[in-house]
Amino acid sequence: MSLLHQKRIVLVLMLAVGLCIGVGLVLYALSQNINLFYTPTQLVTETITPNKTIRVGGMVQKGSLKHLDALAVEFTITDFKHETTIRYKGIMPDLFKEGQGVVALGKVGPNGDFVAEQILAKHDENYMPPEIANLKSEKT
Amino acid sequence: MIPEFGLFSLILALCFAFVLMTAGFYRPLAVLQRPATFGMCAFVCLSFILLVYGFMQDDFSVSYIAQNSNTQLPFMYKLCAVWGGHEGSLLLWVFILSLWTLGVTFLSRSLPANIMCSLYAVLGAIHAGFLLLLLHTSNPFLRLLPSMPTDGADLNPLLQDPGFVMHPPFLYLGYVGFAIPFAFAMAAMFNPKEVFSWAKWARPYALLAFSFLTIGISLGSWWAYYELGWGGWWFWDPVENASFMPWLVGAALVHALRVSSLKPLFNSWSLLLALCAFILSLVGTFLVRSGVLASVHAFASDPARGVFILYFLAVVMIGSFGLYGIHLQRDQGVSRLRFVSKESFILLGNVIFVTATATVLLGTLYPLIMEVLTHDKISVGPPYYAAVFVPIMLPLLLLMSFAPYTFWEQDSSKALFQRLSKPLLLCAGIIALVGYFTWLSLPAISLVGVVLGILIVISSLFKLRGSFSFNKLGMIFAHFGLGLAVLGISLTTALETEKELQLAVGSTATVANYDVQFAALSELNGPNYIGKQGHFVISKDKQPIANLYPEKRFFTARETMMTETAIDPGFLRDFYIALGERFIDGTWSVRIYIKPFVRWLWLGGILVALGAFIAAMTALQSNHHRRNVV
Repeated sequence: MSLLHQKRIVLVLMLAVGLCIGVGLVLYALSQNINLFYTPTQLVTETITPNKTIRVGGMVQKGSLKHLDALAVEFTITDFKHETTIRYKGIMPDLFKEGQGVVALGKVGPNGDFVAEQILAKHDENYMPPEIANLKSEKT
Repeated sequence: MIPEFGLFSLILALCFAFVLMTAGFYRPLAVLQRPATFGMCAFVCLSFILLVYGFMQDDFSVSYIAQNSNTQLPFMYKLCAVWGGHEGSLLLWVFILSLWTLGVTFLSRSLPANIMCSLYAVLGAIHAGFLLLLLHTSNPFLRLLPSMPTDGADLNPLLQDPGFVMHPPFLYLGYVGFAIPFAFAMAAMFNPKEVFSWAKWARPYALLAFSFLTIGISLGSWWAYYELGWGGWWFWDPVENASFMPWLVGAALVHALRVSSLKPLFNSWSLLLALCAFILSLVGTFLVRSGVLASVHAFASDPARGVFILYFLAVVMIGSFGLYGIHLQRDQGVSRLRFVSKESFILLGNVIFVTATATVLLGTLYPLIMEVLTHDKISVGPPYYAAVFVPIMLPLLLLMSFAPYTFWEQDSSKALFQRLSKPLLLCAGIIALVGYFTWLSLPAISLVGVVLGILIVISSLFKLRGSFSFNKLGMIFAHFGLGLAVLGISLTTALETEKELQLAVGSTATVANYDVQFAALSELNGPNYIGKQGHFVISKDKQPIANLYPEKRFFTARETMMTETAIDPGFLRDFYIALGERFIDGTWSVRIYIKPFVRWLWLGGILVALGAFIAAMTALQSNHHRRNVV
């Protein structure tokens, strides 16, 4: 085997090892940073790892929005089978309305409430998070 | 009648596109290609102008206009409502493709006939695909007769903004512009004799497309920053990724073409990048237009469109990669690279760009793949990109700061180090100075960003020494710009202050050494909205330094509430105030940001675009010159 061949084999091996490490790291990062989506029913029926950031979505129940002190709010979302109370501190998005779809990103708190870090409301009449759209179509 | 003329022109343009395609295979028709190209582009332009005319005339019998415009809408926003929805933005896509095609037709008159023949055929095929998509699933001239509405539904308030007038055209100029290098690459593979000369023809267009895409992305980020009202400038949203992936591959492409246009090196690699850049643009179009992704960008979903684009994408990918496979079999270019040489560093940079693109693509498509495989609904958030994309890009930034100092073909690390010693010394000085003041206040990753940013800025500026050429100037601008952007990103993420407060009119809050006073609140009456305007005074040590007027607007036609942020821009810091909601007791929730160095981000983007533009013009000029000499 010539020197050139040896060099090439080493190069290819290095590339392969590098690629494997890279893919491994990327997949690990991916598995650590995905946010699963839950409906209120799934929150009740499935066990959820505490302190893991997840998304929950549903329709905001009419009359459930309560302003607590200093920008803290509390409201209930429903998928027409179960309900989840969501607590959030901060400014709500412009398009947040009772009776409409919303997705919250956050963690399940100790007493079963959902503590949101971010609230995403639908952007215009035509758009709805697909998960909520599915809910609506399941209901009808 | 006008809308029918528009539709008819689209159909005519499609016929011309078919002529172009046929002539690619049936050479006797090739004489028709030039006139057919003019015909196709003229009719696409005509139909676009007719749609604009329809918007100006408030022709609400056209369904698309009724959905996206309103008699009360100001003139400028009627113009941008043309591309505010799905149908119109696809028409804009084809319109811009026609502009690029016209550009190539005028500027490439003296290219070999074989190349031009294949080039026209490929561009004709792309036109045909998109015209079919328009006519088949999303006709912008569809009538609402006989029951036409008296007034339109108005443009989405979020899009009623000066930034949005410019953002889509520039983004599309970039996106669609990659069709030209793609067409050149295909033409080169169809004509194996010319397979090495395509790079110098394609290079100016790749640079131009890259330049426009940079401006488009910067504008989009700037628009998100002040319009969405939560102070972010990049969300790793799938729609943003869709434009970012062609940008990354485009950056790799312009560097690879620099080598391939000088010598028969990396030719197959450049071909592959040219194919990928355009295919990623198509993937982006598919992701945005089909509505397959849950995204903060609002687009109505329609599966028929998605499926059509997917078929088109499949045809393009099978065709181009198949041809590439054949090309690889006859490719015999064996070349040696020395590790320390400009070529090898450019290749290394390219590999990093492509790897980064792959990670973004994986993050963007992963939720789709998982939903298909497991029916779990997941989303991939910014932490993934922070963990994967950023570390991949860091070595690239390091590479960027010294690769421009290497010589072509062979160089030695010792000589390179000697050339680098002066800029490095200066960098060390500046970094020590910056470090002395801020060392402990910055988190590690930002610190790395700042150091690399300074390295790039200084090393690019040092390249100004020595002989002058426009090509070099372009490189300096682009690298300097990216360095500035890196500095801006690192500093603003590390040093920004955000506060959400409940404030009554007349009260004052303290945010990071500044006093923010909610001075007054007044009524607001716009052309198509009503609202409230706040007046905030920001002062430091009792000295007022800025007045801000954030607004809350209620758009009557769509019954939607919108936040208009107020920003006091500055070279070193931005003040940013957004009104939240009004509470029963008359107080308001207010979001206040102080964002240091955030402007550098967009300034850097503009410089990158300018650099690429200068290089594109130089390349066009030298192509022209070379032809005249021969």
